[in-house]
Amino acid sequence: MEDNPFPAIMGRVCYHPCETACNRGQLDEAVGINSVERFVGDEAIRQGWTVSVDVPPTGRHVLVVGAGPSGLSAAYHLARRGHTVTIREAGPMAGGMMRFGIPRYRLSRDVLDAEVRRILDLGVTLELDAKVTDLMALKDEYDAVFLAVGAQLGRRTYIPAGSAAHVLDAVDMLRDLETGEKPLLGRKVAVYGGGNTAMDAARTAKRLGASEAVVVYRRTQDRAPAHESELAEAEDEGVLFKWLTTIKQVDAGKLVVERMELDDSGFPQPTGELDELDADSLVLALGQETDLSLLDGVPGLVVDDGVVAVGPDLMTGCPGIFAGGDMVPYERSVTVAIGHGKRAARHIDAWLSGAAPEPVARPAPATFDTLNTWYYADAPRSHRAVLDRARRESTFDEVVLGHDESTALLEARRCMSCGNCFGCDNCYGVCPDNAVIKLGRPGESYLIDLDYCKGCGLCVAECPSGAIQMFPEEI
Amino acid sequence: MRATDGKLLAVNSTGCLEVFSTPYPESSWQLPWLHSLFGNGPAVAAGVAAALRARGRDDIRVIGQAGDGGTVDIGFGTLSGMFERNDDVLFVCYDNEGYMNTGVQRSGATPPAATTANTKALGPEPGNAFGQGKNVPLIAMAHEIPYVATATVAELRDLEYKVERAMSFRGARYLHVFVPCPLGWGAASADTIKLARLVKETGMFPVFEAERGEVTEVSRIRRQVPVEDYLRPQRRYAHLFGDPGRPDSVARLQASADRNIARFGLLPEGTRDGEALRDHPRHRLQPCQQDRLVAHRARGLHEPDAAVQRRLPGRGEHPGLALRG
Repeated sequence: MEDNPFPAIMGRVCYHPCETACNRGQLDEAVGINSVERFVGDEAIRQGWTVSVDVPPTGRHVLVVGAGPSGLSAAYHLARRGHTVTIREAGPMAGGMMRFGIPRYRLSRDVLDAEVRRILDLGVTLELDAKVTDLMALKDEYDAVFLAVGAQLGRRTYIPAGSAAHVLDAVDMLRDLETGEKPLLGRKVAVYGGGNTAMDAARTAKRLGASEAVVVYRRTQDRAPAHESELAEAEDEGVLFKWLTTIKQVDAGKLVVERMELDDSGFPQPTGELDELDADSLVLALGQETDLSLLDGVPGLVVDDGVVAVGPDLMTGCPGIFAGGDMVPYERSVTVAIGHGKRAARHIDAWLSGAAPEPVARPAPATFDTLNTWYYADAPRSHRAVLDRARRESTFDEVVLGHDESTALLEARRCMSCGNCFGCDNCYGVCPDNAVIKLGRPGESYLIDLDYCKGCGLCVAECPSGAIQMFPEEI
Repeated sequence: MRATDGKLLAVNSTGCLEVFSTPYPESSWQLPWLHSLFGNGPAVAAGVAAALRARGRDDIRVIGQAGDGGTVDIGFGTLSGMFERNDDVLFVCYDNEGYMNTGVQRSGATPPAATTANTKALGPEPGNAFGQGKNVPLIAMAHEIPYVATATVAELRDLEYKVERAMSFRGARYLHVFVPCPLGWGAASADTIKLARLVKETGMFPVFEAERGEVTEVSRIRRQVPVEDYLRPQRRYAHLFGDPGRPDSVARLQASADRNIARFGLLPEGTRDGEALRDHPRHRLQPCQQDRLVAHRARGLHEPDAAVQRRLPGRGEHPGLALRG
């Protein structure tokens, strides 16, 4: 909770790049970090764990625009640093894309509500249905502003459509569903696009009763931006795919599509081969853009290619206005957005106090070759169970289930603690010269007695986690 | 010390253990400690045990310690006497496969092909000859003493357990500990534990326990590796891998490791030989290791290693070698 206010949410929707980097992947299979995070997050909700503000109030007031993952994360970290925070949200509920973009079957709304509640309990003020239209008018009331309005305008493309054609936008469809409106899609639904939103739209269409959901994408599967796991889950649920295909025209009940082929640079080129595809409706999932109208007249603020330019400290060209999440030029994911919230809070805090931001200590990555994996027991990874297919096709129940306590503990114990001493006493045992002294203090377990150490390097070679380093003495 | 509640008396034969632990006039031993000669450690220990018995002090335990020279060669007669009389002594041999302290000379525990000061890498059979030497753990078992065990410094918990287990018996007990010598073997100091681990994982040094001449427990191989992985980091075997090298000698060493594996049942449960290992995900060999293992075996096939077989006393028919499961 020092870093991330949303463990239960991240344990569900994060694409866990940490598991790709996990050293255990080179031994058997990466530790299920995401599943353990989810277990801990769920346990925190179940047992009602709370966080506290441990510093006196600073008297500074920060405005956060947008109650999505980035804004909420910034509010959390700012509040914990003693600042007064007000969030203004244009929509009727907090959560942003976590609520209006990610369907329930990937993120239970109870979990979302609980983790948002924990942030508001820190004393953060949340104003709903309070869209900011003129930022400059508000700016003087606050000491700093963090913009995190996201990107929720569905990108359009021109497709000739007949008068009876039924075309709608994926972002609108997912949002309407969340506010209680059931979109009319018909029996056969086509989704245009190859990203995660396209997968969400197609899987949602199946759940709403469509007998057939087809994803139409102009490139190949390996070039689709959708995450591998989401593609696989969509495929499991019977979503169909038409790769290398564009839509030329939309009519009532059918689409005219064109076959594409990739040129040498990997760009799809039309072939002229046309085909027809039965579809009662077409859902566009071609990417999202940010509504930047509130930024009109903000001096110094630069918008480039539809997103707001920021420095490494996430400050815009206008002093005191910071921005993060989907509206700045980084990878668009909940994970990145939450990280931006924390980073912005750190820099806003520094900016308000006039001090340099506290440095972030990042130790060098502990690489696989520094480990001695002999000492780790063979332990295959525990994978999370998934809901039965029949229930996945007809309900919005969560698809991926959580671990129980013993499985989560077992999975957590697979961690090899790379680069960090876990007090196994191996160095103490193997040292031929009794030069390792056991201190037994937390965080400071051992000391090398350099009067006796002859520098054989045995402790370094036999340290399971690569936590001991030996450097040549300067002579 | 823990296994005897601190009531322990040690008798030491000459060896490097004494060189670093008792440089005159100091001693690092914080217990009654006795040194007499190179060759009479077991006899002195037996005498100490007899004296304690005469005084009715059965609460004080006696431990005898020596290197492989003091055990396998020079002290062997008195060791065998201690075994056959079943004197109440735990005798521990720290086996570094030669007289390392006096300048790396060959002992009866030096393995075939290893170079020492007096088995140079010269002539048609470079290094120590095949078909010589003796296996004292098996000889100790032949005395049918209460407890015999082997261990390596790579498994300290196992070593601890075996000392405790030994102390739960009365009578003669023998513990043979494999200890690499970086200096004498021409290996990096930091590789000491790794070599002790590899010697067991190749099957070259079986780790087991035996009671009254019967093997009761073996430490199975966890991830089998070809002997080459163990031999290569040691300069004493460098001539096997030079140009042209001696792949035939490596094959003979692999054959003797394979014999140990078959004899003691060292492979992991659920596998029968190296071929089955290949398909076992937990013990999967790296492809290059598989190739080398197969290559070594293929060479060994054309050259039945009678010499290696002669070297191991006992053979299969000895009751002491009845294997578990």
